[in-house]
Amino acid sequence: MADVAMSGPAALSGRKMRNGVRGIFAAVLLSLLFIQPHHARADEDAFAGLATTQFNTIASSVDQIAQQGGPRALPVLRALADRKLFAAREGDGLFIRTDSGWADARSGASASPDEETLRPVRVNNRVRLAVAAAEAELELVSGTPAERQASANVFYQRHDPAMLPAIDKALSKTDDAALKDTLLNARAAALLSPGAPASDAQAQQQAVAKLKAAGGLDARGVLAQASTSEALDPATRKAAEAAVSSIDFKLKLWGFGQDAFYGLSLGSVLLLAAMGLAITFGVMGVINMAHGELMMIGAYTTWLTQKAVLSVVPALGSFSLILAIPAAFLVCGALGIVIERGLIRFLYGRPLETLLATWGLSLILQQVIRSLFGPTNVAVVTPPWLSGSFHLGGIEVTIDRLAIMIFAGVVMAGLMLVLRRTPLGLEMRAVTQNRRMAALMGIRTARVDALTFGLGSGIAGLAGVAVSQIDNVSPNLGQSYIIDSFLVVVFGGVGNLWGTLAAAATLGVGGKALEPLVGAVSGKILLLVLVILYIQRHPRGMFPLRGRGVES
Amino acid sequence: MNASLSFRGASVTAVIVVLLTGVLAVGSLLPASSPVQVSPFIMTLAGKYLAYAMLALAVDLVWGFAGILTLGHAAFFALGGYAMGMYLVREIGARGVYGNADLPDFMVFLSWKSLPWYWWGSDHFPVALLLMLVVPAGLAGLFGWLAFRSRVSGVYLSIITQALTYALMLAFFQNGFGFGGNNGLTDFKDILGFDLHSPYTRAGMLFISGLILAGALLAARYVVGGRFGSLLIAVRDAESRTRFLGYRPEQVKLLVWVFSAVIAAIGGALYVIQVGIINPGEFAPANSIEAVIWVAVGGRGTLSGAVIGAILVNLGKTLFTAWLPEMWLYGLGALFMATTLFLPQGLMGLMRHLPEKRPSEVTPEVTNPEGGEA
Repeated sequence: MADVAMSGPAALSGRKMRNGVRGIFAAVLLSLLFIQPHHARADEDAFAGLATTQFNTIASSVDQIAQQGGPRALPVLRALADRKLFAAREGDGLFIRTDSGWADARSGASASPDEETLRPVRVNNRVRLAVAAAEAELELVSGTPAERQASANVFYQRHDPAMLPAIDKALSKTDDAALKDTLLNARAAALLSPGAPASDAQAQQQAVAKLKAAGGLDARGVLAQASTSEALDPATRKAAEAAVSSIDFKLKLWGFGQDAFYGLSLGSVLLLAAMGLAITFGVMGVINMAHGELMMIGAYTTWLTQKAVLSVVPALGSFSLILAIPAAFLVCGALGIVIERGLIRFLYGRPLETLLATWGLSLILQQVIRSLFGPTNVAVVTPPWLSGSFHLGGIEVTIDRLAIMIFAGVVMAGLMLVLRRTPLGLEMRAVTQNRRMAALMGIRTARVDALTFGLGSGIAGLAGVAVSQIDNVSPNLGQSYIIDSFLVVVFGGVGNLWGTLAAAATLGVGGKALEPLVGAVSGKILLLVLVILYIQRHPRGMFPLRGRGVES
Repeated sequence: MNASLSFRGASVTAVIVVLLTGVLAVGSLLPASSPVQVSPFIMTLAGKYLAYAMLALAVDLVWGFAGILTLGHAAFFALGGYAMGMYLVREIGARGVYGNADLPDFMVFLSWKSLPWYWWGSDHFPVALLLMLVVPAGLAGLFGWLAFRSRVSGVYLSIITQALTYALMLAFFQNGFGFGGNNGLTDFKDILGFDLHSPYTRAGMLFISGLILAGALLAARYVVGGRFGSLLIAVRDAESRTRFLGYRPEQVKLLVWVFSAVIAAIGGALYVIQVGIINPGEFAPANSIEAVIWVAVGGRGTLSGAVIGAILVNLGKTLFTAWLPEMWLYGLGALFMATTLFLPQGLMGLMRHLPEKRPSEVTPEVTNPEGGEA
C-alpha cells in the first residue's frame, strides 16, 4: 500500500503486525458481515476514530474501515478524500456535506446538524494515502465490475506484500474469470516482492510460473527483482531469471508485431495518398503536384461537414465522418474536373510543364485555404466510435488506425471495380493503352480524361478524410505527403495498382522496421536513399508495365 | 555554328552584370548623406539575387540543354553554401558566444569535445574551396552516373532528385549530423581577415560575385555553344537516335550535370558570404522548384534568360512580401501557371519575337520528336 511504501521499513513492520493481529478479528468480523452486512457496533468504533484530531488515529481508523467493509465505508472514505467529511466539535458526530445539505456519515440519512459546531476532518499525506489504499481494497469487494478490475490492476502494479490479505479476501469473493486472473497475478507478484511473508520454494515457483504465463512489463519487473532477491529460494531466483528472458523474447516478438501494425497503418495512409496519384499519373501520365493540396481540401471538407452537422443536427455529430466521405469525394472530384478542363488539358504531352503548372496551382490552393480558414490547425474531432484501442495479444490496436487500414482496402477494392467492371473503367484503360485508337472507336477521350482526373482527385479527397483523423489539419498538410506518395507510385511501377499497394506496404513497414535501428529521421533518410537507389536500378519500379504501348 | 550564335546574348548579359554590380559597389561606398548611396540592405539583396542567378544558370544548363528537369538543384547550392559556411564559422574562432577557439558555438552547446573528422581542415580557405567544389560534384557525379546509366529519365528523374534534396534536408536538420541542426551556420565575422560587415568588403564581394556570375555565363556559353552543345541538344531532343548514331548520351548528360552542380555550389557559397546564414531550409524541395520557375520565366535554354528570370522573380518576391505578404503565393502560383500556359519560351522568347527574327538565330524548339517525356 502506498503509505507503507512512503513511510519506510518501520511502518512496514508495524503494519504487518497490525495486519496479523487484526487479521484474526477481521476474519471473525467478515463471517459476521456475510450474515449481517451492517454490524453497527464495529462500524461505530471504526468511524469514531475519524472524529478525532489526531492524524495517526484518523489513518488507522481508515484502515479499520477498509478491513471491515460495509455499505457506508466507501461513501465515507470518498467524502474524506474530497474534504466533504465533517466532525462535530463535541462528541463523535460525523456528517457528509452533500449537494443539497448534510447527511449522517454512519447511516447515510439526511441530517441537519448545527453547522457552527462542525469542523472538517483533517487530512494529511499519510491519511490521504491510507484512504487511496482503502478505497482500492473496498472497490475490489463492492465496486462496479470496471472499478474492481481497475483496483485489481492497481494491486498488480504495486505488488505490495502488505496487500496480500486484501487480495485473498477479494479472491474468495469473486467469480469473474478475468478479475480472478488479475488478482492471482497480483498475489503471485506480491509473494515474490521484498517484504513478503516467508513461503516455501514450491509456492514461490508457482508464483514465478504464474507471472511468466502472464507476461508483460509488470511481470518482467517483478521477476527481474525476484531474480536478485536474497530472501527467495535459489531455485526460485533461477526460475525467475529464466522467466525474465522468456518474457523478454515474447515482448520482442510482440514488439515486431506492433511495429508491423504501425508500419501497415502508415502504409495504408500512403496507399490512400498514392492511389489517386496512381490514377492521374499512372493512367494519364499527368504529374499533379497539387495532389497533396486536394488531400488537404478533403480534410478541410471533413472539418466543415463536421461543423455543419453539429450545428444542424447535433445528435448525429459523431456520424458526420460518414457523411464527410461522399462530401470530400464530390468536392475534390469536382475540383479535379475543373483543374483538368481549366489547366491540364492545355498541357498534355508536356509532363514537365504540367508539373510546374500544378505546383503553382498547389501554392494558390494553399493560400486560398489559409486566407479562408487561417494558417493554424483546425480541430477535426475523432468520433467516439473511432477512439480507443484494444489488445490483440501483446499488440495494441488503435481503432482509428485499424479503420484507416480497412478504409484503404475498401477504396482500393472500389477503385479496382471501377477500372475493371464499369464502362468508364473500360474507356479509361482503352485511352491509356492507345489514345488514338480509342478515339477512332468513338470514345470521347477528352471526357474520359476529365472524368479520370476527377476520379483521381476524388480519391485524394477520401485520403484527406482519413488523414484528418490522425494528422494535423492545416494548409500545409498536403506538402508532407506529396513526396512520399510520388515515391510510392514510382517505386511500385507506374500504372499498376497492385504495385502501388506493394510499394505502400513496403515503405510503411520498412520505415517502421528501420526506426528502432537507426532512429525515426535517419530511418526515413535511409529509406529515401534506398528507394532512390532502387529506382536507379529499376527505373520503372517493382511492377513495370510491359508491352508495345509502353514508351521506353 | 548556329548554336553558338544563339547565345550571343550571354556575353551582353555578362557585361551588363559586371557593370551593374560595379555601379552598386561604388554606390555603396558613397557617404550616407549622398542621395545615390546604396544601402547595406540593397547590397545584401543584390548579393542574394546574384547567388540565385547562379543557381538558375545551373538549372538552365541541365533543363534547357539536356532536358533533365531537376527538382533538387538547391541541394548542390546548399552543399556549396555549407562548405563555405564551415570555413566562415571556423574563422569566428574565440570570438563566439562561448569563446571556444577550436569548436564552433553549436558544438560547444551540444557539449562535443572535439571536431568531427569531416570538419578537419575547414579553417583553411583553400580547403573550403576544395570542399565546395568536390562535395557537390562528387554527389552529382555519383547520382548522375547511377541515374543516367540505367536511363532514368523524365519525371522519374525529377521525382528522385526531389527525394534526394528532401533526404539531405532531413539529415541536415539533425543536430547529430554535425552542421548546426535547424539553426544552421551563422554569426560569421570575417573572411580571409576582411570584416564581413564592413562596406568595403561587401562592395568587393558584390563585385566579385558579379565577375563570377559573368564568368559562369561565359563558361556555360562556351560549353553549350560548341560541338558538345549540339550533342547536348541532340540528346535532349532525340536521345535514342543519338545513341544509335554512336554517341554515349549518359556521358554527355553526366558531364553537364556535374558542371551544373558545381555552378550551383559556387552560387551557394556566394550566398552564404553575402547573406550571412545557411540553414537546412535551403534544401527544401520547394526552393528547387522555385529555381525552375525562374528559368521558365526568363526563358528555358537561353542562359541569359535564367539570370534575368532569377533576378526579376526574386525582385518581385521582395517587393510583394514587403507590401502584400499574403498575395505573394498567389502571385508565384499564377506565375507558374501563366508561364507554362502562355509563355513557354519565357521572356527571352518574347523578346525574340519582337524584332524580325532570322532563322539562324532561333534556338532549336524544345520539343521531343520521340514523343516521350521531354
